[in-house]
Amino acid sequence: MTVIDGGLVQPADSPKQSTWLWLHEWATTVDHKKLGLMYISSGLLFFVIAGLEASMMRIQLALPNNDFVGPETFNRLMTVHGTTMVFFVGMPVFFGFGNYLVPLMIGARDLAFPRLNAFGFWLFLFGGLLFYFSWLGGDGLYGMGTAPDVGWFAYSPLTAPAFAPGNSTDYWILGIMIAGFGSTGTALNFVATILCMRCPGMTFMKMPLFVWLMLVNGFLVLVALTPLTAAQVMLLFDRFLGSHFFDTQAGGDAVLWQHFFWVFGHPEVYILIIPAFAIASEITPVFSRKPIFGYEIMVAATVGIGFISLGVWAHHMFTVGLSSGVNTFFAASTMAIAVPTGIKIFNWLGTMWGGRIRFEMPMLWVTAFLFEFVIAGLTGVMLAVVPFDWQLSDSYFVVAHFHFVLIGGLLYNIFAGIYYWFPKATGKMLSKKWGHWHFWVFVFGFNLTFGTMHFQGLLGMPRRIYTFDPGRGWDMLNLITSIGVIFQVLGVLFFVWNVVSSLAWGEDADDDPWDGWTLEWSTTSPPPAYNFETIPTVRSRRPLWDLKHPEDPDWHHE
Amino acid sequence: MTSDTPGMRRFRCRHRVGRGVVSTVLALVALSLALPTVVGGEESPIEFDQISNMFEPVSVPAQRIRELAELVIAICAGIFLVVGVLLTYVIIRFRARPGDEKREPPQVYGSNNLEAAWTIIPVIIVVVLFLATARTINEVELKEPMEGALEVTVVGHRWWWEFEYPEYGIITANELHIPVSTPERPWPTFLWLESQDVVHSFWVPRLAGKTDVVPNRRNTLWIDTAEPGMYLGQCAEYCGTQHAHMLLRVYVHSEEDFDAWVKAQQAPEVVDASVADGRNLFQRTACINCHTLDGTVADGTYGPSLSHLMSRKTIGAGAAFNNAENLRKWVQDPALFKPGVRMPDMKLTSEEVDQLVAYLVTLK
Repeated sequence: MTVIDGGLVQPADSPKQSTWLWLHEWATTVDHKKLGLMYISSGLLFFVIAGLEASMMRIQLALPNNDFVGPETFNRLMTVHGTTMVFFVGMPVFFGFGNYLVPLMIGARDLAFPRLNAFGFWLFLFGGLLFYFSWLGGDGLYGMGTAPDVGWFAYSPLTAPAFAPGNSTDYWILGIMIAGFGSTGTALNFVATILCMRCPGMTFMKMPLFVWLMLVNGFLVLVALTPLTAAQVMLLFDRFLGSHFFDTQAGGDAVLWQHFFWVFGHPEVYILIIPAFAIASEITPVFSRKPIFGYEIMVAATVGIGFISLGVWAHHMFTVGLSSGVNTFFAASTMAIAVPTGIKIFNWLGTMWGGRIRFEMPMLWVTAFLFEFVIAGLTGVMLAVVPFDWQLSDSYFVVAHFHFVLIGGLLYNIFAGIYYWFPKATGKMLSKKWGHWHFWVFVFGFNLTFGTMHFQGLLGMPRRIYTFDPGRGWDMLNLITSIGVIFQVLGVLFFVWNVVSSLAWGEDADDDPWDGWTLEWSTTSPPPAYNFETIPTVRSRRPLWDLKHPEDPDWHHE
Repeated sequence: MTSDTPGMRRFRCRHRVGRGVVSTVLALVALSLALPTVVGGEESPIEFDQISNMFEPVSVPAQRIRELAELVIAICAGIFLVVGVLLTYVIIRFRARPGDEKREPPQVYGSNNLEAAWTIIPVIIVVVLFLATARTINEVELKEPMEGALEVTVVGHRWWWEFEYPEYGIITANELHIPVSTPERPWPTFLWLESQDVVHSFWVPRLAGKTDVVPNRRNTLWIDTAEPGMYLGQCAEYCGTQHAHMLLRVYVHSEEDFDAWVKAQQAPEVVDASVADGRNLFQRTACINCHTLDGTVADGTYGPSLSHLMSRKTIGAGAAFNNAENLRKWVQDPALFKPGVRMPDMKLTSEEVDQLVAYLVTLK
């Protein structure tokens, strides 16, 4: 039985297909849509694993002096949870959406470098698997530890050989570094594709906002990931070749690592949240039935956020004893970033204002995102106020803040995006009934868990402690926080069931179920391997609006 | 349990209602949540009598931070209210109603005036916040000791705190004793922060914001309080296995009490003949490699000093209360209260442990 027939893979619905062929097809594909789906599904798989790790931590912290897991296990759980969520959930899901949608939205047949794209995906997946292999293989020759327990930002000198014997820390370094090589390739691919492969008529200012945000993000990944890789190489030198960049016992500098890490780490936060903005910027107009409000200023705000995000890193380090001058500068730059972010919020509001908002599942998630993200942004402003940060930093308040950003901001939009584009990618609609169960239960649980966490922080509970004593005002709050997790787990179960049952028995989707305006809705659901029979030509930001309203097309107004 | 200093136990009922909405709400939340749990069961190794609420400051730096925080919270709450009301209004007013399916609303592409407004107004708010921030940074951040301050060197270890008073020649552990600072006699405390191993962070929310304790660096922090009492805090930067049991207890004494504490700490060891066996045992075993005990051959510095051990409320940096029973458990198996602790099980016989503990409890 031959698989390759004249260079073309057998179509998916071939009657001759076996499981083996099907697997072979997915494993060898260079199609941006298949790779996009693989990115998203492996990202979601890691999401479930890291979510289970979080649940175990919350069981441990539900009661004071609990002994569900010991300190060693807890520290590994918290390290692996954080690392997974950032590097093996947030990044791949963002790459997945970009992969799937960028070529479709700009009227291209694939990304600029399809093989590099496949290479990037497999590097990410094997980086993730290598990192998780540490649970089994981290013992190394020293018989010390299993998974890494240095925290997801691996502060030096906890990573020095004296404090981290065995190989678990090396798995942390190498897993992330390998995935990072893939990310760099994929980011390059996005930038090249968006710069060079737009369909006729699509000038920069006629690109969908989603594509603009992916372009900014591509540049950010290229600039931000390199310092992390450099620092990780230096750390490997420290650990294996006897250098002392970060080894304080030999005169190395602990704060140097912090600078390196956060020069990467803060842009990384925006690398994770800009795709969320991108999804919200597509969904809000379609479900409000209005064009995005202030397209130009939205683009400017995104580019502004991209630039400023490179100059705010030391706000993670307000407590390390930097000089007043440095602290003041980084307070200013951090507060400055609130301005373009605020512009975005108001422009989404402006888009909804005067519309006829259809609260389908994608729009519900985006609306909830707006609420949560305003809270996340405001607690962010509080943390930028340096003296207040001296109290809040490294407390549960910070944990609450960044979960509002990463769940209320990023994850809500990932859910929104999945509900929105699932029909396009699979040809099936997701169930509205299960969607509502998923939405309300998860949103309730999220706010119970992370809304509460602010108060533990204000009452002096530091993050990353595996246990606490009763009577410090944290008992009931921690119990409520843990109870919220039950609802979040239930919500995710409803979601998984929704995806599985809809794939199996779901209602068939039209090519354009939401009455959308961007090019991906002009092709079939799911799109053919070549995306478009003929390469489209556009005259405005909403080519499908022009098609549907020939009497009043957008290009009269733009 | 007896109070160490007059006034120590008064704090729970001394919430100053009316000094700020935020602090009142937080205090109520904290109190109501704490009430069911203040009565600790026997199984819990330690109980605490205080909530480390940063909105109940008793020291100048923490008060400055609270004043700024209240301004920031007020501004942020205002913004949240405005945006929240707008969003709610939009959701209710502009939701699609039955019959709307085929009608598209007016297509509006933007408004330069509105966009300028929601750029300029946030800029103004940010400038106000920034100026207030810069002022407080300059008021609170201090790199050199002020006139007449008590200087204490704090050394972070995995997982305990060492306090050195160069002025008095005292070295102690985990419990910092400082004097009150009054208008009649300003006597602030200035802390030099150093680390023996990894990065830690010194955080006692009611006294001051946190400052990291970084190896190869000398960070600073200051306290200036007129309220005697005990204030709880703990290490705030993840430092390995027992990060959770690296607690801080700061005792603020009246001037006389502080002098008395200094005298007691400076007093030479009182050798009690009835515990000579234990003392000899201590000096013969490896205890002396890691611990210092003035008056004996023990001069190790890896673990906390044991001089005047019984003047401390807790052992293991807050892992358990310091009494004969817990000391016995601790010596027999240090990992019982604190899994992962650096102190090894010395494999002493039960009889030897009895002798040793009988000696230790005489170290007043």
